[in-house]
Amino acid sequence: MRKTLEEVMRTWEPVIGLEIHTEITATRTKMFCGCETAHGGEPNTRVCPVCLGMPGALPVPNEAAIEWTVLAGLATGCEIERVSQFHRKNYFYPDMPKNYQISQYDRPFCKEGQLTIEVGKEGIAQRLDRDQPGVVTPTEDGYETRIGITRIHLEEDTGKMVHVGGSEGRIAGATHSLVDYNRAGTPLMELVSEPDIRTPEEARRFVQKLRLIWLTLGISDGNLESGSMRVDANISLRPRGQAELGIRAEVKNMNSFKSLHDAVAYEIVRQAEILESGGAVAQETRHWDAGRKVTSSLRSKEEANDYRYFPEPDMVPFEFSDEFVASVVARLPELPDARKERFCADYGLPASDAAILSEDLELCAFYEEAAGALGAKLDTLAKPLANLIVNDLIGALNAAGQELSASKVTPAGAAALVMLADEGAISGKQAKEVFADMIETGADPAEIIESRGLKQVSDTGELAAVIDAICEANPDKVEQYRSGKTGLRGFFVGQVMRETHGQANPQVVNELLGEKLDG
Amino acid sequence: MAVAANPQDLMFKPATEISRLVCAREVSAREVVDAAYAHADACDAQVHAYNQRSDALAYAAADELDKKLAAGDKPGDGLPDSALVGAPVAFKDNMNLQGTRTTCSSRILSNYESAYDCTAVRRLLDAGTLPLGKLNMDEFAFGSSTENSAFGPTHNPWDLARVPGGSSGGSAAAVAAGLAPITLGSDTGGSIRQPGACCGVVALKPTYGRVSRYGCVAFASSLDQIGPFARTVRDAALALQVISGKDRYDATSVEAPVPDYSQALGADLKGLRVAVATDFLELEGLDPEVKADVLDAAERLTRMGAEVGEATLPSTQYGLAAYYIVGPAEASGNLARFDGIRYGLRAQDATDVLDLYMRSRAEGFGPETIRRVMIGTYVLSAGYYDAYYARAQKARTVIKQDFDRVFADYDLILTPTAPTPAFKLGEKTTDPLSMYLSDVFTIPVNLAGNTALHLPTKLSAAGLPLGVQLIGNYFDEANVFRAASALEQDYQFPYQTVPVNVLGA
Repeated sequence: MRKTLEEVMRTWEPVIGLEIHTEITATRTKMFCGCETAHGGEPNTRVCPVCLGMPGALPVPNEAAIEWTVLAGLATGCEIERVSQFHRKNYFYPDMPKNYQISQYDRPFCKEGQLTIEVGKEGIAQRLDRDQPGVVTPTEDGYETRIGITRIHLEEDTGKMVHVGGSEGRIAGATHSLVDYNRAGTPLMELVSEPDIRTPEEARRFVQKLRLIWLTLGISDGNLESGSMRVDANISLRPRGQAELGIRAEVKNMNSFKSLHDAVAYEIVRQAEILESGGAVAQETRHWDAGRKVTSSLRSKEEANDYRYFPEPDMVPFEFSDEFVASVVARLPELPDARKERFCADYGLPASDAAILSEDLELCAFYEEAAGALGAKLDTLAKPLANLIVNDLIGALNAAGQELSASKVTPAGAAALVMLADEGAISGKQAKEVFADMIETGADPAEIIESRGLKQVSDTGELAAVIDAICEANPDKVEQYRSGKTGLRGFFVGQVMRETHGQANPQVVNELLGEKLDG
Repeated sequence: MAVAANPQDLMFKPATEISRLVCAREVSAREVVDAAYAHADACDAQVHAYNQRSDALAYAAADELDKKLAAGDKPGDGLPDSALVGAPVAFKDNMNLQGTRTTCSSRILSNYESAYDCTAVRRLLDAGTLPLGKLNMDEFAFGSSTENSAFGPTHNPWDLARVPGGSSGGSAAAVAAGLAPITLGSDTGGSIRQPGACCGVVALKPTYGRVSRYGCVAFASSLDQIGPFARTVRDAALALQVISGKDRYDATSVEAPVPDYSQALGADLKGLRVAVATDFLELEGLDPEVKADVLDAAERLTRMGAEVGEATLPSTQYGLAAYYIVGPAEASGNLARFDGIRYGLRAQDATDVLDLYMRSRAEGFGPETIRRVMIGTYVLSAGYYDAYYARAQKARTVIKQDFDRVFADYDLILTPTAPTPAFKLGEKTTDPLSMYLSDVFTIPVNLAGNTALHLPTKLSAAGLPLGVQLIGNYFDEANVFRAASALEQDYQFPYQTVPVNVLGA
């Protein structure tokens, strides 16, 4: 690749749509039978006649999975279809026990939703048309844009193939294949976005936002690496200013947010180079190789399958009553956007802090619990508390490569530290020291202060005596100071701190020094 | 004992009578199974109703029952509360029963051992019946003569040169030949009633959703329904009673309560409104004896107090065409799982997975199965769906409206079951369309989803069974049994004169 993303984006506008499959892990049982849903384990141990497609076995829909899907639709602004049904999608592949997948076709459960995504300063440069009126909405440090959702439907997952004898488990060069049906029949929610995404960063932000909503709902563990969430990206380019769409390629196998971003960026440059050299993009499915950081052709879409969809005759269509939809609406928790607004409104946090806190469920719960412990001081200390968490805590966790759940710092400890600093019991510098200890040991900040003897000295009498003694011992310095060498002030502060082992309240020291030297 | 010396004497008794003898300990359950197999030894070489006998299961069930009876248990007291305790039964070979193979009379499943039990089978066995084995059928239920079995045809016990009908030919022939007093079959377009007509036995297709389909290898999911064969209306009603009701393993089974069907038996026909479907009687190729038999049945019903009128079902003329789109379409999906990957026949030395699929299916499926899968695949293909499948579904709606219109004024519809008595083996094998016409009177009922029963009436001049079809409204099996029971008494069909009976003597 010779060109950079920024270069090609000047000429070409990418049009990106995502298909996101999410395993509904909340149901614990499969979509059409009672087998447990889980990852790993001995192959073919979580199976039964239904999910193995044994002769005569019939599917019975998992009502909880349908409710979760409706909840997902409500959380993403979708219309809930009152009459919906399953269809059979017919194609032969050994990972599909029945050689058809029970899916949805023209009557999915949810249609026509949208998500608003926020792009921060790190991704703003990719959106070249951001300053044109009406394209995106500017924010503090980036922009917001609305991404349409075409539909959300429910289907059953396939089993897993392991190709043996080739490279990296891929079919090329394999001598034989093994099939594990443990995953077959897991409820799988497919969300299809409108082709509203224009940059790799927007693609990443969309999936991050979606994952956060799924986690907030409790619908799935949302793990990209393990495949609980699987993202396919449809990407095409068109010359800027042209309405007509170009030929698209589909990219699969992005197992992390970074992979998603990098694969989309790679594909944009790849297609641009083909188009600029007078070639045509092939309509095909491509595989992202995270190691080599390239996409490669998996299969052509020109010989596209005819899936021969027809209504699943083993089930009757679903008719959702007003009561049913209302009962699912009642289950909706506070969603990330609302939470962020509340953090700004109730805690007075700047949007950037609110965004960071509300985009991580654990962090958000940590903050809310700590804020609760501030009691009457909430109004004044909510922001310093956010600073401590957003800057110090996250910084320390990142440095240690640690998850919040593994951290020894408790929400009550964080709140206590902020309050102790506020009361002047310790200096800001001491607070950092105490926090470092808390990260290390998880101990209560008051105990740390006690055991380290870090109590801040704010007693004016005690400090005045120390200052007097220093002045007596350094008459020449006092003389020099008074004759205009005010830069010596730092020397006196340093001496006081040395005498008090750093425990002197710097504010009080400054005041007393002023009185003594200037007065 | 006398019973064992003349197995066919016992085996031609109704299931309820065998059950009474067993429960009264006048004959042991083991002797019942002995008699059933002795009679089969004598005549099944000619009939070929069985694909597989389940001796071990039958004797185990019999010995357990005998032990309980010896200990003083009675039906409803230590034993199932059923009038079928101790009655031997057998199943069409598309119903799963652990301990048996479920082959669907296909090479592709010839080695397939059931991994679980079909709900209807389990329910019948839980009523205390004894499982004799699995019965021959047209491969995957595709056919009307049982000639499409990979294991050779079943012969009609009334004339071994003739077909028993199909696809549940083995189930019908077994009852007609006295191999079992009750068997189960499945009916997608007439596969219970048409062989019932050919073999001269009572044969019921229940309302769609009345009986769970779980464990019965699917042909067309929206049409299939399991139902009983018997030589008495009472046995059929009792069997339906036992196998009916909601099953949590079949999402299309219905919660509707199961009435006590025995209440309908022997009830008088006063106020029962019966329509003769006159347009059915005008079909070209309808055998005059069959037509006369329907009109005779109408007269008898009138004489017994029913209010008999005439009605037409004009839209049912689209039934055959709609059926041969919907049925194959669903079958093409349902049969996709037979691919040689997980179970069943797998072609050897395949070069890749596509080769494995194509060769396993080409070697494993018979010609009629291949024809139906290809038709079904075609009608669902892009560009053809609307012209075929969508229009066929519309035809179903119109046919259903025809029935609804008639049932607004009538309780039952009286029609022929099949256009002719049993035809000769090989007579229609080269002409699929003529074979398909065998089900012209039964198919509309599957498309609409309501219930119908074949009742044997008398023998034709050639000595072949004649009979009528009684079509009932949704979940109104009770009125069907009510009329069937009255006609049964009136006709006294000569079951015991079946020629194959002599073979067992």
